[in-house]
Amino acid sequence: MTDLSQTPASGETPMPQKRGQSLLEPSDRTKRRNAAETRFKAYGIGAIAIGLLMLLVLVTTIFSKGLGAFQQSFVTLQVELLESKLDKNGNRDIDDIKKVTTFGYAPIIRGAIEAKVTELGIDTPLKAKDMAGILSKDAAATLREYVVTNPGQIGETVEFRFLAQSRVDGYLKGRVSRDSIGNDKNISAGQLDLVDALVAAGVVEKTFNLAFILGSDASDARPEAAGMGVSMLGSLFMMLVVLALALPIGVAASIYLEEFAPQNWLTDIIEVNISNLAAVPSIVFGILGLAVFINYMHLPSSAPLVGGLVLTLMTLPTIIISTRASLKAVPPSIRDAALGVGASKMQSVFHHVLPLAAPGILTGTIIGLAQALGETAPLLLIGMVGFIASNAPDSIASGLLSPNSAMPAQIYEWAKRADPAFYERAWGGIIILLVFLITMNTLAVILRRRFERRW
Amino acid sequence: MPTIWLVLVLIALSVAGFFLGRNRALVSANGNPKDLHSLPSYYGHNVALSALVPALGILAVWLLLQPMLIDTRVSQMIPQDAVPEGTTLGLVMSDVRRVAEGLDIAVAQGAMTPEQARNVRTEFSDVRGRLGEVGVALGADVRPEVMRAAQTYRSMSNTGTTLMTIVVALVAIGGFAWSYGRTHKDFRARNVVEQGIMALLIIAASLAILTTIGIVLSMLFETRNFFTLHPWTDFFFGGTWAPNFRGDSELSILPLLWGTFYVSLIALLVAVPLGLFAAIYLSEYASSATRSFAKPLLEILAGIPTIVYGLFALLTVGPALVRFFGRGEDGILGVEWMTGATSVLTAGLVMGIMLIPFVSSLSDDIINAVPQAMRDGSLGLGATKSETVRQVVIPAALPGIVGAVLLAASRAIGETMIVVMGAGAIAKFSGNPLEAMTTITTRIVSQLTGDTDFASPETLVAFALGLTLFVLTLGLNVLALYIVRKYREQYD
Repeated sequence: MTDLSQTPASGETPMPQKRGQSLLEPSDRTKRRNAAETRFKAYGIGAIAIGLLMLLVLVTTIFSKGLGAFQQSFVTLQVELLESKLDKNGNRDIDDIKKVTTFGYAPIIRGAIEAKVTELGIDTPLKAKDMAGILSKDAAATLREYVVTNPGQIGETVEFRFLAQSRVDGYLKGRVSRDSIGNDKNISAGQLDLVDALVAAGVVEKTFNLAFILGSDASDARPEAAGMGVSMLGSLFMMLVVLALALPIGVAASIYLEEFAPQNWLTDIIEVNISNLAAVPSIVFGILGLAVFINYMHLPSSAPLVGGLVLTLMTLPTIIISTRASLKAVPPSIRDAALGVGASKMQSVFHHVLPLAAPGILTGTIIGLAQALGETAPLLLIGMVGFIASNAPDSIASGLLSPNSAMPAQIYEWAKRADPAFYERAWGGIIILLVFLITMNTLAVILRRRFERRW
Repeated sequence: MPTIWLVLVLIALSVAGFFLGRNRALVSANGNPKDLHSLPSYYGHNVALSALVPALGILAVWLLLQPMLIDTRVSQMIPQDAVPEGTTLGLVMSDVRRVAEGLDIAVAQGAMTPEQARNVRTEFSDVRGRLGEVGVALGADVRPEVMRAAQTYRSMSNTGTTLMTIVVALVAIGGFAWSYGRTHKDFRARNVVEQGIMALLIIAASLAILTTIGIVLSMLFETRNFFTLHPWTDFFFGGTWAPNFRGDSELSILPLLWGTFYVSLIALLVAVPLGLFAAIYLSEYASSATRSFAKPLLEILAGIPTIVYGLFALLTVGPALVRFFGRGEDGILGVEWMTGATSVLTAGLVMGIMLIPFVSSLSDDIINAVPQAMRDGSLGLGATKSETVRQVVIPAALPGIVGAVLLAASRAIGETMIVVMGAGAIAKFSGNPLEAMTTITTRIVSQLTGDTDFASPETLVAFALGLTLFVLTLGLNVLALYIVRKYREQYD
């Protein structure tokens, strides 16, 4: 009882409460400590608030900048498919028609837009060539493709919806203004006047752009025609490879390590190895892919097969770790009961433990796939950027082996290009990518909620 | 791709084997499954696995070994004096492979007949020009010995592929026939199948080790090649990074290491305080409703792909920083400290945001592992909550928190997309966070994208950089684990 024997009047030790002061009235020191408490709590709230604010800023940035990519400006024109230009011989021979290049179609488009402007009575100092300049460079190709597939329409007047060029599109979306086009050789103020007039007449309008979701990438000069579709297929093929390899290998490895492996140094090495592999930077897997799959095994570069193999190696640790956790969650009594009625060890695992762990394994696999879907760095090294993924693969083999891009690689590719019109595409691409990721993660959560068993 | 067809045929064979084997077992027991040693499907699995697994294994090993064997054989054909000054045999071999590949493409496109590809001589025709027409660009004119080596290379790989198809098919049929022949009602099919499956499980588990070996070996080999072409003293102790594709580059890792550490430092300065305070608040103060709301939301930040952060750095954070610190009179601060959107600060800030949930959820787990009795003791002595956290909980959790910070640092060093898009491309030593600098991962990407020539030090340096990165991150992880294990308090 030293407390009591100590003389309080020694005066050396600072007393929390001065003599004669009410206990109900906080002393200076109490006030200081309470203030420190409040501050400390405020730091915590502040940290969380900053984190959430960043999330909010990120999400609003993505949506405010990316939603525009889902809309595109189109110019509706009546085009007279002049026989004299498209089929000089008049015999509708498909080979002759194919000989007319897109240059041959340009005058027709010029004529169509000039006719439209005259019909609407718009007064503009522009020449026909400059009027046609508000259309995408894609317009002639669109027209040619239509004529080649429908040669019977030559001589008729057909209504077309052409893509407007990216500056016009940006003008309608507020990205391009009259001040910002000072040094831009792609567009002039006169053309913007024409666009204003055409918008008022309902010829130029912004509508939903399915081609952005389903279409293919386009060259530097035609940002308005670029789409995600083909790179989505590339991602799909990579995910198929990952699923086909990582799921069986990962589950097999986990079953061995969790159910059969004896406790020895080899098992230890494998376990340490797996946990270390999970922390290796993804770009190192890209180097491995380049050195082993492309340089040594001579698999085609830029192929989704190679991308899938690299991503498989990268996701394996994730899948193994989550599979082992769900195998561990199955109570030993299940195994004992199976062994008790005469099943072999292998049968008890494959017939009883594995089905019970399946929901957990599936959840882990989906999360691993989502991680692989968003991964970019290794894909850069195996060459899935830097070219225009323009043609959708026509078979499974070509889908796996012919060069393609992938969604994150395509976004990176757009972000690298000089024309700011591609930035909108990149943000839009991110929205599509996030939609996939959110769907997969939600699916994983639902699966876990629906099938999770508490023992 | 004949290999794909081969695999498909093997799979078809094994499916057929399953039904045939099961049937044969049932027939041998006169249709009564009770007389069988094992369940009927085990006999089917036995035949299917015997046909498929050894054949697939041989196929995989063959595909791995064939390029290596052919390489050694062909490289013996190249005389020592045909290797030009300043290059190595390995570089001549990559030329050989390129020419061989070009010939293959030319034959596939019909620009050459197989006959011509076998016999064409550089002495008489312009091979470089003809290969250029089919889209295979060669750096220099093809020398006669390279051409002959390339032709041998082609013929050897063609024979190899044919031989492989035959051997694999024979093994598959042999395995099928053997196991089918053994199928009888007294045959202990279950034991055999279970042994086989066990072997497959072990192979799957050791694949993780194979991957690590593959990573280390692939980088070691190319790094060794790099050091034969480039002095290692310059790589480790030089002061400049100036790759020059015409040769004579200065390739030193030091400026890149500086950039990497600088960006990571800023990222950690952002992530560690924010993450730690968030974790403390969530585990010590927050009501369970707040916790279940804020924790998943914060963790979304960790699930966002890094390409999104990269774009965010390049197009949002960078320009915003320029608006603050740049543009001279038009800027918010009226200073001209920052010119481009890419800078160490841009990349560091964004990476810090990415790492917040990483630090916070790791520290959260660790703080929660501190036993409640210690808090109760401290509170019972009259300490306030914040005093308890600072003087009892944090010291108890410190090893774990240090481990979490080290793991976050390893993540920051290995992060690629944010620095590729946000940090810039200029290698230099500078203390100014508003300047663009470059990092190890950025340089790996830029040296290895596009046309890679595995004969130049400018490409091969990427492997040396990759190996350094691998060693660095692995070291940090091992250190983190060591600290956690060594200083962990056992409370039970």
